[in-house]
Amino acid sequence: MQFALLIYHSPEEFAMRKNDYTHPHLGAWRAYYQALVEAGVYVGANALEVPETGTTVRLTEGKRSVQDGPFAETKEQLAGIIILELPSVDAALEWAARCPGASIGAVEVRPLAPEAMRRGFTG
Amino acid sequence: MNASTPEDTHRIIERVARESYGRLVAYLSANTRDVASAEDALSNALVAALTAWPRDGVPQNPEAWLLTAARHSFIDHVRHRQVAAASEPTLRLLREDSAEMTLSTEFPDERLKLLFVCAHPAIDPAMHTPLMLQTVLGLDAARIAHAFLVSPTTMGQRLVRAKTKIRGGGIRFEVPQERELPQRLDAVLEAIYAAFGIGWDDMAGVDQRGRDLSEEAIWLGRVLLELMPGEAEVRGLLALMLHCEARRRARRGPDGRYIPLSEQDSQQWSLPLIQEAERHLAEASGGHHAARFQLEAAIQSVHAERARSGRTEWPAIMLFYEQIVRISPTLGTWTGYAAAVGEANGPDAGLAVLDGIDPHDVPAFQPYWAVRAHLLQRLGKTSEAAHAFDRAIGLAEDPAVRQSLLQRRG
Repeated sequence: MQFALLIYHSPEEFAMRKNDYTHPHLGAWRAYYQALVEAGVYVGANALEVPETGTTVRLTEGKRSVQDGPFAETKEQLAGIIILELPSVDAALEWAARCPGASIGAVEVRPLAPEAMRRGFTG
Repeated sequence: MNASTPEDTHRIIERVARESYGRLVAYLSANTRDVASAEDALSNALVAALTAWPRDGVPQNPEAWLLTAARHSFIDHVRHRQVAAASEPTLRLLREDSAEMTLSTEFPDERLKLLFVCAHPAIDPAMHTPLMLQTVLGLDAARIAHAFLVSPTTMGQRLVRAKTKIRGGGIRFEVPQERELPQRLDAVLEAIYAAFGIGWDDMAGVDQRGRDLSEEAIWLGRVLLELMPGEAEVRGLLALMLHCEARRRARRGPDGRYIPLSEQDSQQWSLPLIQEAERHLAEASGGHHAARFQLEAAIQSVHAERARSGRTEWPAIMLFYEQIVRISPTLGTWTGYAAAVGEANGPDAGLAVLDGIDPHDVPAFQPYWAVRAHLLQRLGKTSEAAHAFDRAIGLAEDPAVRQSLLQRRG
């Protein structure tokens, strides 16, 4: 079963990341990534640019609407995604708790849609 | 009981609830096996107390008042549920014992049975501790869920399932026969220790899963000792928890920094808790053979000795661990043994013990990597140590531990 860890950051955390590629906690992220790979649960991951760089598109009653910025106007924003292959949501929560993102912001655990549905989206 | 203000009354209700919760749930469910309904009935009684006691004064015997109120609510509940035929035996049981105890304020303490029910082999071992915390101490599902890293809804559902199994699964409310007792008692002790949830803080930079339930675990340990004063292992477990608890304050620096045991200021340890632990350990050691928790407590006792002598007797710790791995050869105890060997006989010897552990077991076990990193660093194997540090850092949950490992990694 595959799970997504959705990593949310506060604006302060994003600001720090933008200015400083040598910030000490990057070591923690690298170590976490390595632990995931060596535990054999890692499927894929990527960090996202800061939320201001996002553009949100939606169609309402056939009309396009494009909005600057992220989808939801909340304080904490999606910062990255990690996909893991794990036997249960309990195991996913365990890895989420170890994620450096959990102690500086929040990490949401969500199962990926069933594979058949994912194939439906991607062909 | 005097209660001059409503706040006092509330505090009294809180205290009575805390002290009597398990006794009342155990007593109400001992015959019916219906733990969930007993808990509901007791909650109703506590809500009633919140209105009645500030108005009418706190009753002479608050526990008996709660029991009577809970019993009425229980009977109402069973009546409402009825499905007459199915509920009739339950109602009869309730009527029978309410007849015998209408005026009595004394009722038997059934908590020991309840503890054994919670840790029954027919119940998922992962649920032993949550069940105890809820039925004996009255903790709510959300609080338990946080400590066990499960969503509150899921924890709630699992607790309901476990209680349904107790009611319908033929689990008997009884203290096991002597033949089964050691094994069944182990399950109870394990469940209490799991609530305590402390790691191996005698190893530098080991992640401690703070379960935030250590006070509750010690409370459960005291309840169990009160009920089984003759069991040496119960004292062993309590001594172990008290020794660890004694160091709580010393474990963090003023800035929140993580401080491993070897660097802790022993003057900050709580002397009264250490003395209490030592008393229990001394009393336990009269038994014929040393068992797991007594040995673990003995190790903590050696560490505590540093407050007096200024040094740690690692060879003694190593010998205790040797016995522990013989009794209980788990990943955790082997790692603890390796750390002790590393201190007593040098890092090479410690690494040799670690190398004997099946590599398939270790990818997600943080203490293994923390100890490995520490030993490799002492040997001056910098790049191998850095790799092990990375693994320990990546698996750490506590940000303070992560930080301390990052600094030591360099």
